[in-house]
Amino acid sequence: MTTIIEPTEPAVAATPARGLLPLPTGLAKALVPAGGLITVVSAFLPWTWTSEFAGDLTVYGYPAGLQTLAIVAGVLALAYGLGEHGVPGLRWTNPGKSPNALFLAALTVFAVTWYTGIAITVELGGLVNLEPGGFIAMAGGLIGVVGALGLPQPADNEATGLAAYVAKPAHVPDAELPGAWIQRLILTAAVALGLVVFTYGIGIDPAESETFIGFVLLVAIGAWTLNTSGLLARYSRLSAGHRGFATTMAFVAAVIFPFTQSDDHNANLGVNILIFATVALGLNIVVGLTGLLDLGYVAFLGVGAYAAALVSGSEFSRFSGVHVPFWGAALIGMGASLVFGVLIGAPTLRLRGDYLAIVTLGFGEIFRIAVNNMDGSSGPDITNGPDGITNVPDLKLFGFDFAQAHEIGPFTIGRFANYFFLMLLFTAIVVLVFTRAADSRIGRSWVAIREDETAATAMGINGFRVKLVAFALGATLAGLAGTVYAHETYGVVPNPYQFAGAAPPNSAFLLAAVVLGGMGTVGGPLLGASLLYLIPEKLGFLKEYELLAFGVALILLMRFRPEGIISDSRKKLEFRATGQMDVPDQTTLEPATGVAKAGG
Amino acid sequence: MTTTTETTADTTATATVLKADGVTMRFGGLTAVRDVSLTVRSGEIVGLIGPNGAGKTTFFNCLTGLYVPTEGRVAYKGTTLPPKPHLVTQAGIARTFQNIRLFANMTVLENVLVGRHTRTKEGLWSALLRGPGFRRAEEASRARAMELLEFTGLAEKADHLARNLPYGEQRKLEIARALASEPGLLLLDEPTAGMNPQETRATEELVFAIRDKGIAVLVIEHDMRFIFNLCDRVAVLVQGQKLVEGTPDVVQADERVIAAYIGSPMEDSPEDEALAEVQAAEAAAGAADTQEDAK
Ligand SMILES: Nc1ncnc2c1ncn2[C@@H]1O[C@H](COP(=O)(O)OP(=O)(O)OP(=O)(O)O)[C@@H](O)[C@H]1O
Ligand SMILES: [Mg+2]
Repeated sequence: MTTIIEPTEPAVAATPARGLLPLPTGLAKALVPAGGLITVVSAFLPWTWTSEFAGDLTVYGYPAGLQTLAIVAGVLALAYGLGEHGVPGLRWTNPGKSPNALFLAALTVFAVTWYTGIAITVELGGLVNLEPGGFIAMAGGLIGVVGALGLPQPADNEATGLAAYVAKPAHVPDAELPGAWIQRLILTAAVALGLVVFTYGIGIDPAESETFIGFVLLVAIGAWTLNTSGLLARYSRLSAGHRGFATTMAFVAAVIFPFTQSDDHNANLGVNILIFATVALGLNIVVGLTGLLDLGYVAFLGVGAYAAALVSGSEFSRFSGVHVPFWGAALIGMGASLVFGVLIGAPTLRLRGDYLAIVTLGFGEIFRIAVNNMDGSSGPDITNGPDGITNVPDLKLFGFDFAQAHEIGPFTIGRFANYFFLMLLFTAIVVLVFTRAADSRIGRSWVAIREDETAATAMGINGFRVKLVAFALGATLAGLAGTVYAHETYGVVPNPYQFAGAAPPNSAFLLAAVVLGGMGTVGGPLLGASLLYLIPEKLGFLKEYELLAFGVALILLMRFRPEGIISDSRKKLEFRATGQMDVPDQTTLEPATGVAKAGG
Repeated sequence: MTTTTETTADTTATATVLKADGVTMRFGGLTAVRDVSLTVRSGEIVGLIGPNGAGKTTFFNCLTGLYVPTEGRVAYKGTTLPPKPHLVTQAGIARTFQNIRLFANMTVLENVLVGRHTRTKEGLWSALLRGPGFRRAEEASRARAMELLEFTGLAEKADHLARNLPYGEQRKLEIARALASEPGLLLLDEPTAGMNPQETRATEELVFAIRDKGIAVLVIEHDMRFIFNLCDRVAVLVQGQKLVEGTPDVVQADERVIAAYIGSPMEDSPEDEALAEVQAAEAAAGAADTQEDAK
């Protein structure tokens, strides 16, 4: 570790190392945009002869499915390639001036085109099924990557071989920020891009899993490109200055989402994603901030859902005569979860270590089994056993009937879209609760307990009380989401509330959403839950191997990005820093998120 | 929590801040601390020395409620303390740790803010509602924390992660964090371990400055020069027992102390010969120091 004593010396003067492939630099530079361009053009040619393959890749002049994705990838490579040539208006794409952004952009094209080519070959049985357009696309992908591998590496890159080509530049120079309005425009554009990507992904026909895989490849490697180029760092610096605006725009985008969908099924996916994302965010208070391992969190969702179903006026409810208005049901659901949270937490949170994990795991299972048995024959008649409480009537709020589709101008807002809007409101509340609690005395004491419980108590923190607050708050928020869940899914049954299962919600799913997305962040669980919900939904062929794929994905992620997709600035350091306690790491500290300058 | 202890300076200069009475700590068969009584008066800097494994840290843990002493009683300004760390801090005793225990992934400022925990009371509701009271308290806390960072010379690094501070600054941050709880007594466990001579001098100044703020200090240290420069009184702990207590001069002159340092306390346990050797060497160095000082 002695090599990084002078960390941020920009080694401009030093001679750049040669590329992996011995190409003249000029040629290498030219190949990247050329490959992108070739791929873009190829997308207007047929790639295969039969429309049997996902999408319809047979038409001249009308790119579809994977061809559209190839165009996007091609444009990305083109933009980075031309930016490298100093084309005005494109230089901003690569603020870190790293050749690796070019490599990854080219890799995006390569991945999409070669994946498609291979998928066609394998699925339709042989290379003969590829039309010239397909070959041209693959050639374009290969040319770009070959060119990028010929680019010289800057001398300050310590990695060697292929690893050198994916390393992030050590230093991204600070840009002068544009005017406030331009900044907001950029933020808006970025959020709009996010909406387009999400809408496209959710709109892919589940029968066309091939397209969805291509989409995931494009988004993943594309995002990697943006990150490596330093563009994401710039963006987060920008949004840090307009936190409120950025959050508002994200919610505006979410509000727009149902209007982009003609099919209420996608709104159904949307509302489920929102529910699980919200629950995951609640769990993040417990796991991410306070560091308590809760393995039965889904039970609190269940408690809220059952409580709401019991007072919904459903004829299968034990109290079918009782029909509490929704706000009352929401309070009852939250209250019930809160009570269970305290009951579970109070005896276990006094103890240290893993007792909580075991007790919550047990509670999760006991909840499901108890609910299964309280049918009047093997137990008291409360929950109607395995049949659950079905026919929960749809909500009516202020005369707005959630069961009906509503026409708003040219748009039809279906039943699920109605619930989507309601849930979005709750998500906003939970986001607000999370951010406000995290940045306060109580939030700091949660993090302190996570970091070092002994030191935290020695600083005067009543560990038990503070942990109980976190645990109960998490439970309450899950209960709130449960009340919507019960109505949106027409009822409640015991089965989904288990530790691990193929379909969400289950505790493992929620925990994975938090860990995969990024512990301690707001965006992490939201993104993690969306991905974990959407991917199995769109990859129907995985069915039997879903859990296996889930496990493999988690292992890979923990190996290569232990801090999760979105990293808490703190966590990132914890996992990456290799015992270099004494080396001040300036570059990583600068975007100190969320910590206001003191004294002001 | 109705403790009304205020951390203002006492009216009488010699008021007792800490009174430990017959503190004994047994771990199974091992008695780590045996019947130790110690008094710290306001305005005093008291040193606690002794060979490795003498039970100094264990004694600190008994004082701060991290361990429940097997026997004995600890009183702060006349009130007996319950053996609960957070209540001890609430009452007015703050401490640092021998093996640095910062909140590594929090910023320097946040670390100190956590130290303010007992002197603020905003709960979850006020955090969620963010009324004017919350803002005011939060701003006051930040101002106070920044003051302490100025005091310890860490203000520039307020936004750095604690884990990225150099070692010496981490020790200082532990002191700043402890001071944030507005203690009447500060317990320092080897505050200069791992520091170079300049940093050690700076720490000495810092401890004097803390004393001048009206905070009594009880400090464990192996650096004899540091201890004898700093302390009004020194207590020597050997094998869990208090051997001598007195002014630096008295303690330096005491033969039993030198014997305790040279004669290994683990003489008859053969397994730790290497350790004993190290201790002997250290003790020799300590003794040399002592003689130099005496000249
Ligand atoms: N939790 C514990 N369980 C069992 N034994 C313990 C425990 N804590 C301390 N001891 C033992 O008590 C004795 C005193 O340890 P202590 O850490 O207090 O010594 P010390 O004087 O602080 O030494 P040093 O100068 O090395 O810090 C040691 O023999 C140690 O092994
Ligand atoms: Mg010790």
